[in-house]
Amino acid sequence: MRYAMAIDTKKCVGCSDCVVACQTENDVPIGYCRDWVVEITNGTYPQLETELRSERCNHCENSPCVRCCPTGASHYSEGGIVMVTKNECIGCSACITSCPYDARFVHPEGYVDKCTFCLHRVKKGMKPACVAVCPTKCMYFGDLDDPRSEVSEVLKKRKYKTLIPEAGTKPQLYFLI
Amino acid sequence: MREEIIVSGRNNPLIDPQLHVWHWEIPTYLFLGGLAAGLLFFAALYYLRGKENEYRTAVKIAPMLAPIALALGLIALFLDLHHKLYFWRLYTTIRLESPMSWGAWTLMIVTPVSIIWSALHIKELFPNWDWKFDFAKELIGFFQKKKKVLAWIMLISSAILGVYTGILFSAFNARPLWNTSIMGPLFLASGLSAGSAVVIWMSKNHAERKRFAQLDLMIIGIELFLIIHMFMGFLASTQVQIDAVNLFLGGPYTAQFWGFVVILGMIVPAILEGLELKGYKIPVAIPVVLVLFGSVMLRFIISNAGQASRWLY
Repeated sequence: MRYAMAIDTKKCVGCSDCVVACQTENDVPIGYCRDWVVEITNGTYPQLETELRSERCNHCENSPCVRCCPTGASHYSEGGIVMVTKNECIGCSACITSCPYDARFVHPEGYVDKCTFCLHRVKKGMKPACVAVCPTKCMYFGDLDDPRSEVSEVLKKRKYKTLIPEAGTKPQLYFLI
Repeated sequence: MREEIIVSGRNNPLIDPQLHVWHWEIPTYLFLGGLAAGLLFFAALYYLRGKENEYRTAVKIAPMLAPIALALGLIALFLDLHHKLYFWRLYTTIRLESPMSWGAWTLMIVTPVSIIWSALHIKELFPNWDWKFDFAKELIGFFQKKKKVLAWIMLISSAILGVYTGILFSAFNARPLWNTSIMGPLFLASGLSAGSAVVIWMSKNHAERKRFAQLDLMIIGIELFLIIHMFMGFLASTQVQIDAVNLFLGGPYTAQFWGFVVILGMIVPAILEGLELKGYKIPVAIPVVLVLFGSVMLRFIISNAGQASRWLY
């Protein structure tokens, strides 16, 4: 099993609903977020191109955060989802510095927190909160090992990219372009 | 033109606009750990070479600072943790891929060894010292017999301690400025330089001071060599590493790095030590303080500049 997410940069309007849904679902403390929306504009006026991306932890297959964690608090869970065990985390911040996507932060309670692909929902057969709530339905979630899953189907049909694959992390967040 | 706007606001403090999760605690610990590594390394080295009486300060006196430096360093490390009450989790597992796990376990070896080494030589500093209890005397007698084994453990573990302080940084490919294997040897050399500077300061024996001034000069030469190679490597690397090293070549950390680390921390003390070896009278405290200052600044500047360097995507 290999959970992954595909996000359609052509359909995303940058409404930030995914961010609010995540904060509500996961009780993310005020002033923090596990996902965020990036708007990047390239080019010279008037030839400008804008890309909108809803970003979060990439749940990398070769995660630097799992490798550098001195206690094993950061680990791979079901389907390759990268998780942090609260009461094993010492809050040393090594994983935060090791993440090229800056996806992690220190929770006010002291442990390191990040996106979990809503594993608690996925276990019940539901979609992650951000995916479920997206008003343009630009996010797809599922098992890459299942060729008929939503995410496998869309990756077969569409062109996509991952973020800084040259960092060697094998990210599992795919952006449809 | 390329413009990046984070629409929703990635409002995680310490991450945006620039990562700043490691403050003064980590570089302070890295300096104290490096200094302890340098002191213990020379103590073990010259003991094993049978020069404990010739280089009395280096073998017997100066290493007594090591447990103090390590204790202060450990306090700094502890202060850095955000989930402090779980610190013991470091010692419920061994993770070979994690430099921090290596460091935690190395400290578990180095710290007691440095305390035992200091205890063995406490009478050098306090001739009237009395261990009072029989078991303490027996324990000291036991370690006295095993001193050679102890010295070997100290030699190896202090070298690991010195190198690991740099590897802690170099293992993170997410921060391009840290991601060079030169960091390990550079931090070890800087620790050894700080250690030999302290020996020069504490020693009253002319021959010993001369020997350590020569050693320090050589180590500073090696440090400069490593720094030049670091820049060559970065400039010949990928765009992210070129951008990262430009923090030191015209970027915001240029003046600090070249001024404090290279000129004041290496070149000036090297010239002063060289002049002293030639017979000029130079107050010993000046080059020593400069070397220690350079060693502290190296860690602070690399730590801060590294957190300012990142991948762009």
